[in-house]
Amino acid sequence: MNLRAVGAIYKFEMARTWRTILQSIVSPVVSTSLYFVVFGAAIGSRISEVQGVSYGTFIVPGLVMLSVLTQSIANASFGIYFPKFIGTIYEILSAPISHFEIVLGYVGAAATKSIVLGLIILATAGLFVPLHIQHPVWMLTFLVLTAITFSLFGFIIGIWADGFEKLQMIPMLVVTPLTFLGGSFYSVNMLPPTWHTIALLNPVVYLISGFRWSFYEIADVRVEISVAMTLGFLVICMSIIWWIFKTGYRLKH
Amino acid sequence: MAPVISVSGLSKTYASGFTSLNNIHLEIARGEIFALLGPNGAGKTTLISIICGIVNASSGQVAVGGHDINADYRAARALIGLVPQELHTDSFESVWATVSFSRGLFGKPKNPALIEKILKDLSLWDKKDAKIITLSGGMKRRVMIAKALSHEPQVLFLDEPTAGVDVELRKGMWDVVRELKAAGVTIILTTHYIEEAEEMADRVGVINKGEIVLVEDKAKLMQKLGRKRLSLHLQQRIDAIPEALAPYHLTLSEDGWRLAYDYDTKGDRTGITSLLGDLRAAGIRFVDLETKQSSLEDIFVSLVRQ
Ligand SMILES: Nc1ncnc2c1ncn2[C@@H]1O[C@H](COP(=O)(O)OP(=O)(O)OP(=O)(O)O)[C@@H](O)[C@H]1O
Ligand SMILES: [Mg+2]
Repeated sequence: MNLRAVGAIYKFEMARTWRTILQSIVSPVVSTSLYFVVFGAAIGSRISEVQGVSYGTFIVPGLVMLSVLTQSIANASFGIYFPKFIGTIYEILSAPISHFEIVLGYVGAAATKSIVLGLIILATAGLFVPLHIQHPVWMLTFLVLTAITFSLFGFIIGIWADGFEKLQMIPMLVVTPLTFLGGSFYSVNMLPPTWHTIALLNPVVYLISGFRWSFYEIADVRVEISVAMTLGFLVICMSIIWWIFKTGYRLKH
Repeated sequence: MAPVISVSGLSKTYASGFTSLNNIHLEIARGEIFALLGPNGAGKTTLISIICGIVNASSGQVAVGGHDINADYRAARALIGLVPQELHTDSFESVWATVSFSRGLFGKPKNPALIEKILKDLSLWDKKDAKIITLSGGMKRRVMIAKALSHEPQVLFLDEPTAGVDVELRKGMWDVVRELKAAGVTIILTTHYIEEAEEMADRVGVINKGEIVLVEDKAKLMQKLGRKRLSLHLQQRIDAIPEALAPYHLTLSEDGWRLAYDYDTKGDRTGITSLLGDLRAAGIRFVDLETKQSSLEDIFVSLVRQ
């Protein structure tokens, strides 16, 4: 294992974050705070409790997930897309480094960033509503698993994209709607039966449900199913990446 | 001695259906400087890219240091440093950071003293903390060379390393290359400056339309090239070369105004003196004469002209 290479990529990616600290950390924190002001304080004060917790408290796990999901995808997709775009990928491809190590470096850095970001947002949320986390270990497990899974997903998008539009397209057209409809701001049990069934096709529902369970022990679906779905998505992403490297898809002519 | 690079039966057909390499066989000896020449689009970069793992071959085998580039890619690639033709650099990294990054990527432990030496050799030391985006094109090219050297490769590919580098720095760059050769590094370079190949290379290969058309020791090549041509501009045009001058194998230009005589500068006798005497005897007078040495460039041009 070429750990030095993994470390070099990881460090390189993290250095990029420091250079873009404003857009990496500050802007998600600001937008989350805005959600709290709008949904938690303004609208939330008119909504009664959801499944036994105040509305402001209820939306915390969903908001953290929202940022972790979008930031994981954004970081990882940009991280691999950019070297491809400017051509510096030649060095990665010609280095004595395995595909697994390349993924470890890029995805590890992207996941680290979004985990840190998730924790910062959680801390920000603590400024607006009282936080209580029933299962901190599960909370961290869901956070880490989600960050890794969606960083892998972002990596795939970054390799697939051959232009900046495509880089933005999937996150905008697929991921954002799925997260908004995935129960960040409501429980899918509040939906009428037909919509409830449709909602269960949305993988994000399971992530947010499991994550919320680790906070308040309230869930839309059983927590085991949430774990299984998260792991399932992880495996799918890993298989796609394995295939990408095996065939050189969009990486090698 | 086993070649450090051996390429056999290598072909590449791009997805577009275009075949840019066709059944290439090539061996590079350890420690030599090999110049790969060929017109634009001949396949030089494609060949280098395949050896370095950036492009997949369609068929054929490549081994570097005895390691197959696919089955044993780690061992093979660890030996190789690549300076690609295009300027692909980060923008906001410092020179020092990007060169150190390359060393790490190749799995080598930190060695600031080495990187310092490389940057100094390439006249980049005063730019070590500069962001790459603030460098000129020639400086960026040298940063890419520094990146390739940072992991102490045994085989160095230089794909048009001197394109866009000024004369003085080009000389400095060749000093670096000579030093590397002295340290036992094998160097494969492509260039469109034929004097460069003439000056630097031990062997020369010419590739045209995806096929190797010549691989030759430069010394041998230069010997073949050590011929000169004497051209005589006649005072009066002639229709044919007189019988008496047949032993000189002269060529007469179509318009009948010029005679040309090819001779070997390295031979004991060039035959020029007797030729001039015999010309006078034959009554042929000339108003001007010139001699011209054939060069690698002439050979090159005649090879790649179909
Ligand atoms: N990705 C690609 N897809 C299709 N054709 C390609 C691709 N890359 C290169 N080619 C073609 O392969 C041929 C060889 O290109 P290559 O870059 O190897 O030439 P070269 O000898 O390095 O030329 P130059 O002196 O201009 O650098 C060219 O005709 C080029 O158009
Ligand atoms: Mg080229």
